Amino acid sequence: MTHGARSSRTISAEGISRVEGEGSLRVRVQDGRVVDVALDIFEPPRYFEALLVGRHFTEAPDITARICGICPVAYQMSACLAMEDACGVVVDERIEALRRLLYCGEWIQSHALHIYLLHAPDFLGCADAVELADLDPIGVTRGLDIKRTGNLVMQTVGGRAVHPVNVRVGGFYRSPELDSIRALAEPLRRARDAALETVEWVAGFEFPDVTSEYRFVALDQSDRYAIDGGRPSLDGHTLSAAQFAEIAVEEHVERSTALHAKLDGRDRYLTGPLARFALNASRLPEVARDAAAAAGLYAPCVNPFRSIVVRAVELVFACDEALRLVERYEPPVQPAIEVVARAATGTAATEAPRGLLLHQYDIDDDGIIRRARIMPPTSQNQLSIEDDLRRVVENGLSLDDEELQWRCEQAVRNHDPCISCAAHFLDLTVETS
Amino acid sequence: MSDATVPIPRPTLAVWKFASCDGCQLSLLDCEDELLTLAKAVRIAHFTEMTRASTLGPYDISLVEGSITTAEDVERIKVVRANSRFLVTIGACAATGGVQALRNFAPPGEFAGMVYAHPEYLDSLDTSTPISAHVRVDYELHGCPIDREQLLEVLLAFLAGRRPVIASYSVCQECKARGTVCLLVSRAVPCLGPVTRAGCGALCPSIDRGCFGCFGPSDSANCDALATRLKGLGTSESSVARLFGTFNTAAPGFAEQAQAVRVNVAIADTRHRTPEEPRP
Repeated sequence: MTHGARSSRTISAEGISRVEGEGSLRVRVQDGRVVDVALDIFEPPRYFEALLVGRHFTEAPDITARICGICPVAYQMSACLAMEDACGVVVDERIEALRRLLYCGEWIQSHALHIYLLHAPDFLGCADAVELADLDPIGVTRGLDIKRTGNLVMQTVGGRAVHPVNVRVGGFYRSPELDSIRALAEPLRRARDAALETVEWVAGFEFPDVTSEYRFVALDQSDRYAIDGGRPSLDGHTLSAAQFAEIAVEEHVERSTALHAKLDGRDRYLTGPLARFALNASRLPEVARDAAAAAGLYAPCVNPFRSIVVRAVELVFACDEALRLVERYEPPVQPAIEVVARAATGTAATEAPRGLLLHQYDIDDDGIIRRARIMPPTSQNQLSIEDDLRRVVENGLSLDDEELQWRCEQAVRNHDPCISCAAHFLDLTVETS
Repeated sequence: MSDATVPIPRPTLAVWKFASCDGCQLSLLDCEDELLTLAKAVRIAHFTEMTRASTLGPYDISLVEGSITTAEDVERIKVVRANSRFLVTIGACAATGGVQALRNFAPPGEFAGMVYAHPEYLDSLDTSTPISAHVRVDYELHGCPIDREQLLEVLLAFLAGRRPVIASYSVCQECKARGTVCLLVSRAVPCLGPVTRAGCGALCPSIDRGCFGCFGPSDSANCDALATRLKGLGTSESSVARLFGTFNTAAPGFAEQAQAVRVNVAIADTRHRTPEEPRP
């Protein structure tokens, strides 16, 4: 069924599934052109930036973790780094390595969840992973095994998988025992093998032929693939997190409880796996670069549907990096360094699995938070996701409404949006009028 | 999935989200070893985070995550209740209002004005309230986040038609059971263990950290006595208030101790920069 004869259509989806949080999508098409795209975020606001005011600076990691149950470590890490920036301290290498290991655990858990349970069912025509498990039980079991390993890393370093308890400004409450960390090596080796199989598996999917134009922003850590810090990189140069916070201006629009971030108040941009791979692919370890090349994936990748392949390559990286950190683990001499509050502004960004997460705080001499600004990945990516939707609909006008709606939902899921994060985000309506 | 292979209709499970972080729902997806087995034992009829498929109720068991913070959600939870044989809430937000209930202590509209340039665009109430404030709840599972094993116990219990076996004593007993030396007594570390419901396995004290109350008040918690003791050990009044005033801040018992947090909010510069006010 085609719609060439109809002058206008509306495609919509209320309550977009397999994303984290609540949102909807509406696209209006007139004479074969998309005239309006709206990704609405209905997630009720929880006012984190307000409830942080008056709290002690040491509370920010645990409180902001509650913004998102899927990427709590990202919140904890950005909060810690921002507070340490305000107080003028830098943690030692061993603490930094342990943080990166914990963050790798979250990447493994979150990417495995997204690839296998949330995104792959779209490519294989399944409503969910349970249906997919009927078609491909070995595949889904592999995904759950990888996910379990990510959770194991988070439990071992952080105490638990959702809202870890061991993170504090300055480091950790207790350094994990050498034996407990070394015991992660074997499951991580198996997870890395399973991640390599994942790359092959997803590279065999069919991808709609859609390309987009993105302005990519990803963190730059000069000697490695950035996760746990670094300088925002865009248009071939890097900025400090504070400078980036100045140019990334957020707007409040009526249809969304997520603020929309634009560069210089004007331009959309994209963070997340596509951006990281475009800017940092040369810094991936050989095992991940080889897997990408074997899958025919080269940087930059501008087909958003192929983000699942990029995510799988990052999964290989995260397992490999975690394994490297485990093999070299030496317990920090002190689990945390002392951090003394001073009146200052601190800004930091880290790479959440779904994109750049920036925190900025003003604190006073007593360590009380006077102002908080949190810029989650989905606020930053929302305008790029809407632009993707425009392209996907124009490319998919020959599809019937139901197929087009599904493809639009899939296009939203390409970016693994975290709606709870963005509302401080999603339903789909494609309107063809 | 075809139902043809299952002769007896499976009980239906629905999962609903209100104001929350998704972490408690994620605990269900985190049951990597049990998820596929569970999906054979029950039919997942509605679970937006997991599946596109959604079937109309009634549902045998509804798991509800999150608190009520909008006028629309006040109505939506009634529909969920009307369509559910058993309604089980999961997590601190649903049981006590969550960390977002800190707004309950602020002047109406203050929090919205601090975050959003146009609060008038929002459908947002001045309070965050537990599910039980709006509809009858058959069981509340506590925790921020909930414990995965406890979630499985609750599901198994309701499927079997029995009450879940979940401890209602305090974190202190879990510390004793795992042989953790008391941080409060031995090192004067502020700890909510004596008044906090067990369930996490006394995680924090085992890593030299005082309990910060993720699971909310235990049965017959004496929060006044603990607050007095903490102050006697040199913990400042505002620190005690902040300790009680996090993820279960509106829970009876914790709420009274948490009120003092407002003191700090009132003195803080609450102005939030909007795009119309460029940063200096």
